[in-house]
Amino acid sequence: MSQSIEPAIKIVHMSKSFGNIEALRDVSLEIYSGEILAIVGDNGAGKSTLIKILAGALTSDEGQIIIGDKSYNFLSPGRAISLGISTVYQDLALVDCRDVASNIFLGREPVYAGFLVDRRKMQKEAARILEGLQINIPSLSTQVGLLSGGQRQGVAVARAVYQGGKVIIFDEPTAAMGLQESAKVIKLLLKLREEGMAVIVISHNLNQVFEISDRICVMCHGQVVAICKTKESLPNQIVGLIMGATVKEAYNAAGVYSDEAI
Amino acid sequence: MKQYKRFLMMWDQTFSQILLGLVLLITVILLGLASPFFMTWDNWRNILDQSALQVIIAVGMTFVICTGGIDLSVGSITALSGVCMAVAMHAGVSVEMAVFLGIIAGAIVGMGNGLLISRLNLNPFIVTLGTMAVVRGVALIITKGIPIYGFPREFTWLGNGHIGPLNPPMLMAVFIALLGALVLNQTKLGNYTLALGGNEEALRRSGVAHKLYKLIIYTICGITAAMGGMVVTARLNTAEPLAGSMFELDAIAAVVLGGTDMKGGRGSITGTVMACLLLGVLRNGLTILSIPSYYQQLAIGIIILVAIIISELRLKNAPGHGNTIYLGG
Repeated sequence: MSQSIEPAIKIVHMSKSFGNIEALRDVSLEIYSGEILAIVGDNGAGKSTLIKILAGALTSDEGQIIIGDKSYNFLSPGRAISLGISTVYQDLALVDCRDVASNIFLGREPVYAGFLVDRRKMQKEAARILEGLQINIPSLSTQVGLLSGGQRQGVAVARAVYQGGKVIIFDEPTAAMGLQESAKVIKLLLKLREEGMAVIVISHNLNQVFEISDRICVMCHGQVVAICKTKESLPNQIVGLIMGATVKEAYNAAGVYSDEAI
Repeated sequence: MKQYKRFLMMWDQTFSQILLGLVLLITVILLGLASPFFMTWDNWRNILDQSALQVIIAVGMTFVICTGGIDLSVGSITALSGVCMAVAMHAGVSVEMAVFLGIIAGAIVGMGNGLLISRLNLNPFIVTLGTMAVVRGVALIITKGIPIYGFPREFTWLGNGHIGPLNPPMLMAVFIALLGALVLNQTKLGNYTLALGGNEEALRRSGVAHKLYKLIIYTICGITAAMGGMVVTARLNTAEPLAGSMFELDAIAAVVLGGTDMKGGRGSITGTVMACLLLGVLRNGLTILSIPSYYQQLAIGIIILVAIIISELRLKNAPGHGNTIYLGG
């Protein structure tokens, strides 16, 4: 793990409400290149809202996203992608009735003669990307809706990787997957970290979180309650925090106290 | 079991076109046997002439329906653009300019539909139902309900001139169909048209200006409807404010019969063109066999219902439509 000092992305004082429900309350977070940051929390803790704002799919009410030395009040999906933030959504955001290649290249199709989509290049590139990620899909002209859950996930991942960002966000990457397929995804996450990308993973699977992450961000009721180094935390502490215990309670109950936690 | 479902899906992609081709072929053979007049070139010229108008309008409609939308205003746009051309020509504007103005009128209405549907996120059915009435009203107001007739020969040539054995509307239809097929299958606009119907949110999250593309698609539909208006007006040498009523239904019927999915995401210009031909042949055949026009209406209605039933049964096995079957896992 090689953490750079300058964060790849900084989220500052982010708030977001849906009607009178506060989904995010004053959330601040830094994500570094070359690390896997896991975001954990109960249902409705605000994890998905947070990453949707990062990905530009939602706009925040307050707060900034700081990338490099530029600060943004909000991002559009296109802007987020061009700034190097790629996302694999929980619902995968695939067009089921289109083929694999069309989905991987959705929004950035290669063209020739100025306006004609270069389908042959798409097929070739798609095959190359999928092979690089060790994702097996029998035919690239298959409609995505006909693929298995894991294969669909593979297509969504391939698209995010093809977008070639510095930050890649996974919302529940292995939720719909079998053991073998999730092992592959985990391998992929580790590989992306090695390549120096900042990886954000939302997961309910604490075993997995402890297996792969460098830091764990715990969210509860729309707030970040703790950001801990994985190596210095115990699963029980994290469970306590997720359940809404204060940092001190959680760590006392687990028998240790870490200064790393906020 | 998997093999069986996979086969069903392969079947699905070319199903409509194979079926349509067969039905068309059988109809033509039967009509040819039933009436010696059917197979004459004069009769076929008539069929192609009628179908050409329908193809021109239905190509635009195919795009709209591929996005999961619908445009009920095409019939009214046909009338309005014809009326605009007529008024312009009677005001002394050149034929080219008048045609241009008429088509711009159609484009503006299409753009209005597109703006309301994409920006305000309104239901296409309701929006175009509204513009259908508004545009028809405007056409009636401009003409005070009285048809305008008598245009320069260069204009009427567009409807009933001769280019070898063919006429201008047929060539226009061929051109528009080829262009439409190219755009739908080979360009970003086509890709996004289908993606809009398949999963608009996915397209948005991919950073595509999905609203802009929707706007463009409704504008295209307005333009093709206006070209239809030009053909009708030129052919009859009359701009009739009530022209083109029911055109929207004919166009929608042809698109659905051609295998385009009403829910969007899947569509084919080839299918639309074949469906237009089939409907043209049927109308013509029923007339030749001197079956009263009431029965024609009935027969065509039944054919459309059957087409929709077949398409729905097929789609039960298609991905992205609720009853999705995931293979391989």
